[in-house]
Amino acid sequence: MRRENRQGLIVPALRGWVALASLCLLAGTATIANAATDALTDPLRGSTPILDESQPPPLQNQENKDVRRVRSHPMQPPTIPHKIDGYQLDKSVNRCLFCHARTRIEETKAIPLSVTHYMDRDGTVRGDVSPRRYFCTQCHVPQDEVKPLVDNRFEDFDTVAKRPPPKAAAPAKR
Amino acid sequence: MLQLLKRYWVVVRRPARYFSLGFLTIGGFVAGIVFWGAFNTALELTNTETFCISCHEMRDNVYVELQSTIHYTNRSGVRAKCPDCHVPHNWTDKIARKMQASNEVWAKIFGTVSTREKFEAARLDLAQHEWARFKANDSLECRNCHAYDYMDFTRQSARAAAAHSALLASGERTCIDCHKGIAHRLPALPVPGTDVKAHTSDATPR
Repeated sequence: MRRENRQGLIVPALRGWVALASLCLLAGTATIANAATDALTDPLRGSTPILDESQPPPLQNQENKDVRRVRSHPMQPPTIPHKIDGYQLDKSVNRCLFCHARTRIEETKAIPLSVTHYMDRDGTVRGDVSPRRYFCTQCHVPQDEVKPLVDNRFEDFDTVAKRPPPKAAAPAKR
Repeated sequence: MLQLLKRYWVVVRRPARYFSLGFLTIGGFVAGIVFWGAFNTALELTNTETFCISCHEMRDNVYVELQSTIHYTNRSGVRAKCPDCHVPHNWTDKIARKMQASNEVWAKIFGTVSTREKFEAARLDLAQHEWARFKANDSLECRNCHAYDYMDFTRQSARAAAAHSALLASGERTCIDCHKGIAHRLPALPVPGTDVKAHTSDATPR
């Protein structure tokens, strides 16, 4: 706050808050600035200064191997193992159901929707897909073959359960 | 009326009195070229995308929808234009389709699909006409570019290769059977087995 005021004195004609804030960022001492950029290096932005637009990575092709992936935990919605480019999913048409509908799976060999998709919020099983489960991509998403931007240390239950118990009675570090 | 017809019949039957045979043959030939050329030029003019999207019905509905699909923009920049898929390339078939399309002139004049709402209401009907046409000619307009004989199944996904080598190869299915709605939005489909219809009729939250 104090630094803001000082800047305001040096440069009288400030054009609003944005200019003020940016000047504050730029006006810090060299050490502070270095420390700040080191601390602020964001895996998603890289070392791009906060005022510049970062160059987004090019779009990748969706994985299209048709091999079902392991779920990380029992309640995880399974990911889509094929491309869904251009699949129409709106109130008139659900392209996913062309293959995944209950009545279509004999021919298409697709995975049918589980019965939970037919339940309304009271748990009553209806004759057709419940409107609240209609938009598949709210939960199910295709995957790209990319290097994850942030490190993921998730371990599923089986891995944790098989690990030998810790010797000391120290609580698990979170 | 009959008298008039008879008089003209006599004139037409009688040999020319003043014109030489050379004039009539060469003149007829030249006139033929001119008339045919004009006819064909006009026909080809109606066979361009510019002509199709000169009407707002096409420009604001189906043309917009096409633009996000792979038939409009893709990695290699080859694209399909309206007549590539919607007008047969063979001359006789093309003329037959053009005569049918005179109905579309009527629809334009009377504004059958002049608004978005009217178009959406007619969408299923219009789509079904095209599906029936593709089904009847074994997806000829698809096959003008996508020939089965030159498909490399090793370059297709396993799912596509399986479907093509089983269903397309045997002629059990034709392109349009599976590839509906690849270039335009699909209408709400009342097709049994897709479980789609229920969502439009019963989409009220419970």
